[in-house]
Amino acid sequence: MNKVYIVADNIISSLGFSSEENYNNLVCGNCGINIVDDQNLSVEPVPVSLVKNQRLAEEWSVVPAIEDYTRFEQLLIISVKKTLAQTNVNVKDRSTLIVISTTKGNIDLIDPGKSDLFPKERIHLWSAASVINQYFENPNDPVILSNACISGVMALNIAADFIRMGKYENVIVAGADVLSKFIISGFQSFMSLSSAACRPFDKKRSGLTLGEGAGCIILSSSANKNERMNITIEGGGSHNDANHISGPSREGEGAYLSIKSALKEAVLTSGDIDYISAHGTATPYNDEMESVALDRHGLNNIPVNSYKGFWGHTLGAAGIIESVAAILSMRKNILIPSVGYEEHGVSKELNVIKRIAEKNLNYVLKIASGFGGNNGAIIFKKYLNGDND
Amino acid sequence: MEITISKYIKIENNTIWLNGEKVFSAGPDTDFGTFMKVLYRRYAVKYLKFFKMDNLSKLGFLASEILLAGQGLVKHYPNDKIGVFLSNSNSTLDIDQQYYDLIKDSDNYFPSPALFVYTLPNIMIGEICIKNKFRGESATFIMKEYDPNITVDYIKNLFLQNKIKVCIAGFVDYTKDNYDAFLYLAENTELLNGIAHNAENINNLYYQRE
Repeated sequence: MNKVYIVADNIISSLGFSSEENYNNLVCGNCGINIVDDQNLSVEPVPVSLVKNQRLAEEWSVVPAIEDYTRFEQLLIISVKKTLAQTNVNVKDRSTLIVISTTKGNIDLIDPGKSDLFPKERIHLWSAASVINQYFENPNDPVILSNACISGVMALNIAADFIRMGKYENVIVAGADVLSKFIISGFQSFMSLSSAACRPFDKKRSGLTLGEGAGCIILSSSANKNERMNITIEGGGSHNDANHISGPSREGEGAYLSIKSALKEAVLTSGDIDYISAHGTATPYNDEMESVALDRHGLNNIPVNSYKGFWGHTLGAAGIIESVAAILSMRKNILIPSVGYEEHGVSKELNVIKRIAEKNLNYVLKIASGFGGNNGAIIFKKYLNGDND
Repeated sequence: MEITISKYIKIENNTIWLNGEKVFSAGPDTDFGTFMKVLYRRYAVKYLKFFKMDNLSKLGFLASEILLAGQGLVKHYPNDKIGVFLSNSNSTLDIDQQYYDLIKDSDNYFPSPALFVYTLPNIMIGEICIKNKFRGESATFIMKEYDPNITVDYIKNLFLQNKIKVCIAGFVDYTKDNYDAFLYLAENTELLNGIAHNAENINNLYYQRE
């Protein structure tokens, strides 16, 4: 079985267009969530984390493109392009695959005012993905995963399996979602949005905040030889709650099983984990469920955070951009505070990160949960040059 | 290890084929909603949550019920080792349009959470897992046309890694003009008359007609 190395990454969010720019903002405690009053997005003012239009236009202006691309496609193209630029991975080779993670893709084209600008089929996820593939002239059919809020974590796990099996040498995992009235109104109808920036794991949390963005991680069967350290994917798992389509299991069963599977595959015990990047949407049920699942594994004292207080819930991008943030934390041995967390608000004890701190991070667990009873977990490991294995 | 397909179902044109054999046909004039109700009664499903599902979930759910009838999967396998892997082309565009019609006019704005939840293609898997208490690996793949080449090695690898011991996989798609469901049951046992789990065989079963 091949090892799975993470050789390049990118985050596009309200907080910037590169992993470093985003990370610097996280370290400084800068939040990208603002109250937006825009009838195109919401019938009432709503706190959201948006990619800035002007910045996107600037970034897009230097991307060579003959055709028109939607906002969703532009974000993916820029993210993949910036990630590829960090490697010598040949995207045009058969040994390279593109995996796309999204929940709603070009759903904004459902608006007749927008759909006229693009071919009718473009609203299909397979059409948008093939546009990305064609842009990069990748010869393989793209693999598209649409599994609600765990899409990103699942895409990474499935891509890692493709490398382990030896099916591909490199897999480009790219995820994105853009905010539209369609998505925002849906979460509003569920009464699941917070009236101010979300506060994961806090006593006063009252719901989630939506965000948009894109992320990309390139996985490879070969390590970055020049790097001082390498990060690998050691294991993963995904289990269904079999409980309810729009709410998590009270016992955190699927999340518990996902962590168990990931630990088993990584040949680790919960005591090996140094830091946990939680899903932490800040809905009352999600955070409570995660605390139960982590408690069942005895992970109560391990530092844990949610990045949702910085850039909101970015849906199909979330699992990827939050994994990138966790990986950067490993590279720098820094724990980022869980913004919005003041007073403990879940039933189980958790070590939610309040202050920026240094810690040697060798094994990191990332978890996610979503509609449909989906749960996912993935474990990253740090190798320093000279380490065995 | 030999992974074999022990049972498969195809629902198309108001007709059901089980293991390649036509077992029921409702006639071309039956509309989709009626056809679903006919199947619900015929196969004595008795599951009230069925009636709140969107059409895509109804189709996938009933296909799984007919496929799994008499199988007793949760008795034979640990429920966290039972996987569900569905592919789909049109995602949830049918319900997306219905949902969008509720929010497009500001004078007539009435978003419905009961519809919105079905605007995710993996909800169909959630419904199947809830009914059967399946807690294993699951994934929804989107592709223009059903191509088992994309999923077959991934599923095989999950068997090899002992992450699943049995799974339902296939393709379920719904638009208001057309629908198509194909599911198969794959198990990690050498079965008499079993069909080897590979893309060529799966394609043959998918395109097989009586």
